[in-house]
Amino acid sequence: MFGSGKELLATCQNQRIKISQAMIQREQHLFESCPDQLRNQMLQQWRVMETSVESALNQSLTSMGGLIGGEAKKLMKRQQAGKAICGDITAKAVAYSMGVLEVNASMGVIVAAPTAGSSGILPGTLKALQEEHSWEDTHMVDALFCASAIGLIITEKATVAGAEGGCQAETGSAAAMTAAAICELMGASPEVSLHAAAICLKNVMGQVCDPIAGLVEAPCQKRNGIGAANALISAEIALAGVPSLIPFDEVVEAMGHVGRSLPESLRETALGGVAATPTGCALKEKLRQKK
Amino acid sequence: MKRISAFQVMGPVMIGPSSSHTAGALRIAQIAARILKETPKEVDFYLYGSFAETYQGHGTDRALLAGMLGYATDHPDIRDAYRIADEKQLTFRFFPTELQEGMHPNTVAIKVVGTSGNNLSLAGASIGGGEVVITNINGISVAFTGEYPTLIVQQQDRPGVAAHITSVLAGAGVNIGTIKMYREYRGDRAFTILETDDRLDKELVQQILENQHIHDVFMID
Repeated sequence: MFGSGKELLATCQNQRIKISQAMIQREQHLFESCPDQLRNQMLQQWRVMETSVESALNQSLTSMGGLIGGEAKKLMKRQQAGKAICGDITAKAVAYSMGVLEVNASMGVIVAAPTAGSSGILPGTLKALQEEHSWEDTHMVDALFCASAIGLIITEKATVAGAEGGCQAETGSAAAMTAAAICELMGASPEVSLHAAAICLKNVMGQVCDPIAGLVEAPCQKRNGIGAANALISAEIALAGVPSLIPFDEVVEAMGHVGRSLPESLRETALGGVAATPTGCALKEKLRQKK
Repeated sequence: MKRISAFQVMGPVMIGPSSSHTAGALRIAQIAARILKETPKEVDFYLYGSFAETYQGHGTDRALLAGMLGYATDHPDIRDAYRIADEKQLTFRFFPTELQEGMHPNTVAIKVVGTSGNNLSLAGASIGGGEVVITNINGISVAFTGEYPTLIVQQQDRPGVAAHITSVLAGAGVNIGTIKMYREYRGDRAFTILETDDRLDKELVQQILENQHIHDVFMID
């Protein structure tokens, strides 16, 4: 059992297991379920994630608020034309992540990972990597358990809700979960996964939640795209053996503290940040008149 | 302390765009539909706070209708709830309403009439992550989440009613997690709301109804 990164690491090191295995053990213990059943259930979540990535690329989606739609296709077009300046994997991960937000905003089916507003980062990035590395689905299931362990600790020690902790708590957590999962998929130790998650969260410390017109569309979609890049680059740094100087648990606590220090106007109320700019307000007014 | 599972972190599987404005709204309406116990015919939704401001962009209206029609939070047809409501001859209206003091910013009050004329008024708040709290039933303030098997007993405030309910549950081997009583005035209308660890059988409802002071029993499984 673990409630912190430190405890998780001790569990992994004592038993010589991966983070994903520690998470599966915890589930078995707490909810009296068997590993096969747990893995099967997580595979179902992965299937929904895959479908959500695909539908943005194959269908024309209209968001309920009309602020977004078609962005994933535009990014894919550049990548497929060989024009991606940030490399094929990153370009795909960004396109896929942004696509899931289009599915979400058009009332499609998504997995809140950990929230609906941050639902693009984990499936988008992991799908792009799976295609590149030809990983089996069973590896992806492990990756999702590893990511859940990180998300669980953040939920218990801080928050993953934008209304409580700003966007850092939503897309920051999603990216941290993804970065840790990437490291495990690449065969790195649990310690490296925690460094990657810590680097990721530090990178967005203080990011506010300021949805235009109060809708989960903009800037949420682009923050999911850039969250994917944050996850990839944080994993790259940690995999190179560069640690986070501040341990994961302390970063999570700092994130929670920063979240609580944010004024309410910057916590999903649409009263501050880009939502309160002249253009943000004009877009809100336009939507109101459409009613 | 409540233990969070991997599937709460990596989930729920839901229809977007917002766990609080879409999934949570649907669940409040779903609970209202279950308590009504019959096919809804006419429903009015009073939307407060953020629900009133952003209900169309978040599909809160469609989610509420879908919940009233008994759909789950991950059903792909939620988007088409207007059409489905028309097909099922459910008439509906939405009223954006000024937020009252002390009210949660994502609150909806539902007034619904069923096909055989039964009425229900219910209010609930969507408190984040798709979780909800039902705050009022037929004018009486309550507080329950619908997350666990729940029994809602409508009764007169008289001695022995709680003992009757708990003895029926004990006889069926159902363990009670929480039990709360709510009343307007002493001796007047009241609700007993019980959350249980075990699933509830429909036969229990009949047994509980055998007490003369109990008017009605609703079950959320």
